[in-house]
Parts: sequence; structure tokens; C-alpha cells
Amino acid sequence: MLRATDNFAPRAGTRVAYLSLVSFALLTIAVLVGTMIGPAGPQWWRVPIELANRLPLITVDSGVSPEEWNIVWQIRMPRVVLAVLVGAMLSVAGASYQGVFRNPLVDPYLLGVAAGAGLGATLVFTLRRSATENWLIDPLPLAAFVGGLVAVFATYMIGNTFSKARSSATLVLAGIAVTSLTTAVQTFVLQRNNDVVRQVYSWILGRLSSATWGDVRLILPYVVFSCGVLLMHRRLLDVLRVGDDEATALGMNIRRVRLTVVLAATLGTAAAVAVSGLIGFVGIIVPHTVRLIVGSSYRRVLPMSILCGAIFLVLADIPSRILADPAETPIGVVTAFFGAPFFLLLLRVRKNQA
Amino acid sequence: MSTLGFCDLSIAYDGVIAVNGFNDILHSGEWLCLIGPNGAGKSSVLRAAAGLVKYSGSVAIDQKEIPATSAKWRAKHIAFVPQTPLMPENMSVYEYVLLGRNPYIKHFASESIHDKQVIEKVLMRLDLTQFAKRMVGTLSGGERQRIVIARALAQEAPVLLLDEPTAALDIGHQQQALELVDDLRREQGLTVVSAMHDLTLAGLYADRLVLMHQGSCVASGDAQTVLRSETLAEFYGVSARVHHEADGTVVVIPQRANSN
Repeated sequence: MLRATDNFAPRAGTRVAYLSLVSFALLTIAVLVGTMIGPAGPQWWRVPIELANRLPLITVDSGVSPEEWNIVWQIRMPRVVLAVLVGAMLSVAGASYQGVFRNPLVDPYLLGVAAGAGLGATLVFTLRRSATENWLIDPLPLAAFVGGLVAVFATYMIGNTFSKARSSATLVLAGIAVTSLTTAVQTFVLQRNNDVVRQVYSWILGRLSSATWGDVRLILPYVVFSCGVLLMHRRLLDVLRVGDDEATALGMNIRRVRLTVVLAATLGTAAAVAVSGLIGFVGIIVPHTVRLIVGSSYRRVLPMSILCGAIFLVLADIPSRILADPAETPIGVVTAFFGAPFFLLLLRVRKNQA
Repeated sequence: MSTLGFCDLSIAYDGVIAVNGFNDILHSGEWLCLIGPNGAGKSSVLRAAAGLVKYSGSVAIDQKEIPATSAKWRAKHIAFVPQTPLMPENMSVYEYVLLGRNPYIKHFASESIHDKQVIEKVLMRLDLTQFAKRMVGTLSGGERQRIVIARALAQEAPVLLLDEPTAALDIGHQQQALELVDDLRREQGLTVVSAMHDLTLAGLYADRLVLMHQGSCVASGDAQTVLRSETLAEFYGVSARVHHEADGTVVVIPQRANSN
């Protein structure tokens, strides 16, 4: 008699275990390389030796001076860790939005989440950032969250109103409309508050470059919570792949699942946007690449998106440091440079499939 | 093994009445076929029983009214095969059939060994074991219909609802699909409700036919009683001959309007 264990799932399980091991290794390498490269600081090959030296029970002389170590630990390290968190968050949020809206083309940016979060953050900046910075709970990510949430619901409602079938095109067009509107409001607010324009624009362009451990501490709880909630929904996202009606007939409370997933993904995205500014295309490139490798079951897509998103953003951050050395190329420019052509390729492949 | 009852079932979409006071009771293991012209409310009755539309009145299983709030309870008792199921192209057949276990799995848990054993049995029963790893998108129409039925069986529900199960199939696969449903019904004592357009097939497989018109039941009984040319003329507006074969089979043949 043929048993389920001879069947499909377990073997895919070994393959996924193998792939996640490889991804972990790649992530470690990416993080190491990320801390080794940059203007100023010690010679690149001394960094891993010094890192080893810092581990308990190991003593090696790396020849790295305390000042140089400060550059590595206080400037490069938080930047790399932030890239890990933001990359993982944007990717897993992108994959979740794609699952929950059953639409391969949505990501946090196309849905207007990022623009909404941007508007929320702008409003906090105009209300005297210096005064709020030291509050017990920093209002910046919360404002970004509320802005992002309002935007995603506006997009969803508009997309729903104009098309019962909730087609890809309507949802994406609604996202574009909401983004334009939000950006217009943001421009208007900025025009009336000239003093914060520079702060806001440097924030919008993406600022992994000025990352501190404080930024990491700020978003870590949101990212962990949001990723956790999304991962718990990975099986349910698979059920949702057969559509609202059939998922309901299979006993799923689709409204509750959809609401929870959208809230969690938006919370995480907004927190990421609040510290890193607008970094586009991550949420669309990474999940689709992951699907090509591990198939389209969300049980595998979500965890792999977290790993691969982290790898992607850490790696994308490296050219942003050295391309226009000594100036910084905004990381959003790097991701868009790779992301836009990829997006077109994806559209083409899907068209050929249909 | 369960009875299924509809009591004063009414459904309205945006104020337009689709089903108006539908009553019926199916005994355990019975196959009821809903027939009637387009828009008569056949699908609406099925969709109400599956919990997909709001309704007034009640649907009961073994005289226990289905609680409006528990989608899981409903899914453990009623399996629904829609007219045009949404088939995720890149999902394996195994994963697709496994979705049928959803009502038994806790919200954030994953499948147990028992769930996987159920899937094995279902795949074996429907000769789908060799398809387990295939992607849904690569299957033919007849194979797709079989895996949708497999998913419904995985729900281990005593009531099976089929909305136009043969609409997309050729005559051979129509027969195969309906024979399969009939075999399963006999083996497992399933109570079956199907909505069908092909009157001859409906009469051939169902124990009882219910003819619906404008949201109400206008005739009920076996094929001989319901499928009469006067009845069909009145409610379908069709001129058709009804043939009675020697073995009791009722054949409905449409007639050209000007062929007299």
C-alpha cells in the first residue's frame, strides 16, 4: 500500500530544509561582506578576524584599532542588521499581500501602503520631530502605520467598488490612484512647512546609510511580531488560493484571516518604512523569485521570502555604498534598477503562460 | 449518513428575490437533483447550504440547524463542488486535495498524520495516486473534476452538493463523473444535492427531481412525474418530446419549432 510518507510532502520538506540551510549560509556570507565593505574603516579582511576575536573563548590579533572597530560596529553593523530586518519584512509582506488579495502584482508600494506611511511620517516631522523623538513610544512608526493602513484600505475599497471580480488591473490602478492622492497631500503639507522638507526628503530617499542601533531597536519588535503573525497564516494563505467562495465552503473565516494578514503586513511595512524610507520592488522581486525556486505554496514561500529578502537587501546595500563613492546612492535606486526590469519580465512571462 | 432539510429558505440579492420559501427534506443517502431554467434559484439553494450567501429560514442536518457562525462545523457536514472551481495552476494535486482537511485543522496548526491518511485513502479510491505530484494546471477537464470531488470527499462530510457537475465535460466524462458520485453515495451513504441542466442525465441518476421556477419548487418527484412535456413547456418555455424507454428511463428531446 502506498503511504502518504512515500508521497509528495516529505520529500519537498527535505528539499526545503536543504534550501533554507543554503539560504542561511548565504545570509551569513552577505552579512559578513556587508560589514567588510565601506569607505573608511579597517582593511576588509581584518573584519572577520576581529569578529572572531570578539567571540567568547577565541583570541586572535586582527590589528583593528578601537576607532576602526567603532566604524564597523556603530556604522556598518546597524546598517546591515537594518537591511536584514527591512528586507525580510518587505518581502514577507509583499508575499502575504499577494496571497491575501490573490494578485501576483501587488506589493506594499503598489498598494499605496508606503505612500500612506510616508504621509503619516511627514505629518509627524511637521509636528516638531525634535519634541517627539524622546517620547516613551516613538510616534513615527505609529503614524506611518496609521497612514499605511488607511491607504491600503482605501485601495482595497476602491478596487472592490469598481470591480466585483477584484481583477489584478483594478486593484493595481486603485493603488496608483491612492498613491498619487497621498503624495499630493504630502507635497501640499511640505509646501506649507518648508523647514522640514530636507528631513522628509532624506527620509523618503531611503536611509539605511544613517542607520543606528536605535533604529534597529525601534523596528525589531514590529518586524518580529509581524513576521510571526504572517508565518502563522501560511497554511491559511494556501487555502485562500482557491478563492473566497471555496475557502468559505472549506470552513475558513476569510474576513478574519484577510483582516489579520493585512493588519500584520501593514504594521511591519509601516515600521520598516518609518526607519528606512521608501525602498521599492523588494516585496515583488523576492517573493516571485522564491516561487520560481520552491514552488508557490505559501508554507514555503513565506519563510523563504524572509530569508531571501534579507539577503537581497543586504547585497543591494553594498553597491549603494560603493557605486558613487564617496557619495551614497540611495538604496531605493539600486532596488528599482534591478526591480523594474524584473517586474516587466514577470509581466511578460505571465502573459505567455495565459 | 445524514438527512438534510431546508425549511422556508429564502434568498435575496440586493432586494431581488432569488429563492422564495424553499422547503425540502432529503433522507439519508438520497440523491436530489434540482432542475429548472436559468435563474430559477438552483445554485442559490446550494450556495445557501454551503454558507456562501445570506439566507432566511434554515438548513438542517439530522434535524440540527446549521449554526450561522461556524463555518468549520458546516464544512465538516457539507462539502460543496462549485460549477467552475478556481484551480490554482501551480498547486500539486496532493496539496489541492489536502485543502479539504481545512475544517479539521486548528486555525494555526498543520495537518496531522490522520489527515494525511485520509488524503491517501481518497486519492486511492479515485485512482488519483499517480497524479499526486502533478500540478493542477496540467490536468484535463475530467481529471480536474475528479480532484475537486476528491477534495470534497476529504472533508468527510455526509452531505455533498454539486453545482452543475457535468457542465464542462464531454458525454463520456459526464457519465464517469456521475457514476463516480453514485458509487461514492452508495459506499459511504452520502446525501447528494446537485443542480443540473441536462434533464435526461438528471432523471437517470437522481432518486428525485425538484423543478424550480422563479425561486420556488413547482414540481417534485421521480423523473416520470416531473419530466412531462406540458411541465417543460410551461416552465422552460420549450417544446420538447419526452420519451419513456422500456426500462423506465425518461429521455427529453428538444423539438424544432417549425418541424410539425
